[in-house]
Amino acid sequence: MSLHFTGEHEWIRVEGDVGTVGISNHAQEALGDIVFVEVPEGGRSLNKGDDAAVVESVKAASDVYSPVAGEVIEGNPALADDPALVNRDPEGEGWFFKIRLADTSELDGLMDEAKYREWVKTL
Amino acid sequence: MAETTEDLQTLSLDAWHRSRGARMVPFAGYSMPVQYEGVIAEHVWTRTNAGLFDVSHMGQLTFHGDRVDAGLETLLPGELQLLKDGRLRYSMLLDDNGGIIDDLMATRRADHFYVVVNGATKHGDIEQFERRLPKGVVLDHMKEQALLALQGPRAAEVLETLAPGVSDLSFMQGAAFNFAGTPAWISRSGYTGEDGFEISVAGNAVEAVADALTAHEAVKPIGLGARDSLRLEAGLPLYGHDLDTNTTPVMADLQFAIQKRRRSEGGFAGDMRILAELENGAAQKRVGLNVEGRQPVREGALILDSEGTEVGRITSGTFSPTLQRPIAMGYVAAPLAEAGTVLKVEQRGKLFEASVTPMPFVPHRYHRKQGA
Repeated sequence: MSLHFTGEHEWIRVEGDVGTVGISNHAQEALGDIVFVEVPEGGRSLNKGDDAAVVESVKAASDVYSPVAGEVIEGNPALADDPALVNRDPEGEGWFFKIRLADTSELDGLMDEAKYREWVKTL
Repeated sequence: MAETTEDLQTLSLDAWHRSRGARMVPFAGYSMPVQYEGVIAEHVWTRTNAGLFDVSHMGQLTFHGDRVDAGLETLLPGELQLLKDGRLRYSMLLDDNGGIIDDLMATRRADHFYVVVNGATKHGDIEQFERRLPKGVVLDHMKEQALLALQGPRAAEVLETLAPGVSDLSFMQGAAFNFAGTPAWISRSGYTGEDGFEISVAGNAVEAVADALTAHEAVKPIGLGARDSLRLEAGLPLYGHDLDTNTTPVMADLQFAIQKRRRSEGGFAGDMRILAELENGAAQKRVGLNVEGRQPVREGALILDSEGTEVGRITSGTFSPTLQRPIAMGYVAAPLAEAGTVLKVEQRGKLFEASVTPMPFVPHRYHRKQGA
């Protein structure tokens, strides 16, 4: 299992060729109270950087981009009724979607956890 | 955001906000607290206890001079000549076409008027007033004055302990008080739909006042984020979003602010157009919208009729913490402004069903005295 982060504050946790994607704790803190999340449906194919999900706080809407290319396995069904789960457990139960990676070498372009946490401190 | 951090002004309470964990953002040329513990928690706190807002970015002006009431009436459509001492009136600064340059609160204070205008527009307002008011009316901008708002069902109980007598004020009334040794002008007014007060004190005294208020267990500081969701639930328009120079008081559904004598006599900027709109209606009208589902629609989203034709635009939208669903306001073609009209809102390629609804979304709980 490996954990990677994007410069847009998405994370992806990968086991084999299956990745689970969400937004980082830093991202949920910056967004504030999350009131709505729209996740992609299973079967949708995404390119790296595509708009994959929408997250809305009281104040504003933000896009969540896919960190990798692949086919969506499922969106997190828990977020429709409980979007605040993203605030409570952003890097765990508040995941957005699972994706079957088309090319695991795309992960090489992402930050590892230590590098991401260091970088976030500078923001 | 066009604003850069280097030319931002700081509030007298800047360090006070930061020490309480505020996240500061640029707003109206100031570094302002947008939230402390979180917008929803602060919103709910204000509706159930008492929230303290720092609104010192707003412009506090006084107008002196011979016939100052009649002078202000040339630019404001409200009845000021009959306004009693210590009474507030909501009004608007109008351009010559009846467009709204700003919305404001005007209070008669003995021989002069005290006027509070929006922070982002105050410098433009001052230029307008100085250029267009009759000679003999003199404006003073109280730059060193801070302004706090204490809002919520427990506001009166708390403030009474620090400024005895405030609970005798009724909604839209103000007076001078002694706030624990500090001279304060306090009015029963606000921007949340709750009972509450606005407290004007010298900038160098505001920290002691804020400390005294937050020492009470019922009071927490509240940021701009919750101020916005609270005023939207209360159906109150926000200048620069729901109001601008392309809107008139009638379009904005603020005709309550044009009293009887002003309607019959006119005599204010843009009166020809506004009196005609009062008579015949305006082409567009500000309305409240209930939006289906859970996703908020935001400023700029298009409003469509059942045929899919564009009939207006959303000017403010959020997720209502009280109602737990999205609410919005916007302008629509007048025939579609009737409550119950079903419309569609288009946002980022997605359509939402919305229906016109009377505002406020959450009932006001102002302190109106019987017979007052």
